[in-house]
Amino acid sequence: MLVKVDATRVKETRWHEFAVRFLLGGFITAFAGIIGHKYGASMGGLFLAFPAIFPASATLIDKHEKEKKERAGLNGHGRARQLVSVDAAGTAIGSIGLFAFALVIHETIRDHNTWLVIGGATTVWAGVSVLAWYLRKRTRSSFKRAWFARFHGGP
Amino acid sequence: MKLILIRFLIGGISVSTFALLGDLFKPKSFAGLFGAAPSVALATLALSVIVEGKDNAATQSTSMMLSCVALFCYSSCLSWTMMHRPMRTIWATILFLPVWAVVSFGLWAMLLR
Repeated sequence: MLVKVDATRVKETRWHEFAVRFLLGGFITAFAGIIGHKYGASMGGLFLAFPAIFPASATLIDKHEKEKKERAGLNGHGRARQLVSVDAAGTAIGSIGLFAFALVIHETIRDHNTWLVIGGATTVWAGVSVLAWYLRKRTRSSFKRAWFARFHGGP
Repeated sequence: MKLILIRFLIGGISVSTFALLGDLFKPKSFAGLFGAAPSVALATLALSVIVEGKDNAATQSTSMMLSCVALFCYSSCLSWTMMHRPMRTIWATILFLPVWAVVSFGLWAMLLR
């Protein structure tokens, strides 16, 4: 499946669901700052990759999928769990990109322009994440094809 | 107090923006990449450079690398569990947070303390 932009889910999201994400994001950023100030930058840095809004986002996916299936007269529990699982797998792949982001900051921030480094690191995060996602997708597809050919006598 | 409030606002905006971007994309595995967006990091590191200097930001990014490994473990455990066990999403996402904490603080204690 190709990557597509689909605004349906944004339209389904209610204002209080946006507010929860804003509050959680703000809270964890402020918390990371407080920890860094109290226990040192090294300890505070750990919270920069804390799964801050993952529980809220996953719950939203779950809720929206169940509502969608219920509207069609179906039970959406299984499908909702599958979607959350796939979303979490995407996050695991994205964490490789996030590692690359931190590595770029660590290696370059002392000697170069701050905004250039932060912009460059964000681009590296996006590039590495998308590449890792694409490679995983390709590997899985070839594995599935090989498995199917082996057990079902395909080409 | 003023700085905490600024952190809160910038963090909230940054996290909401990346979450919104994640909502826009299909398939779900691609949208999931935004669950590991550097939203909190962007806000924190930019403010750290301004307030405390570049060395502080470099130190934070070192330990951030360790917590990225923890985030990978957390989301992988969650992904496997949600696919194979009939567990409620909210409980699963909260139940695995100690995985993040153990890996994160464990690696920090071994490598950076």
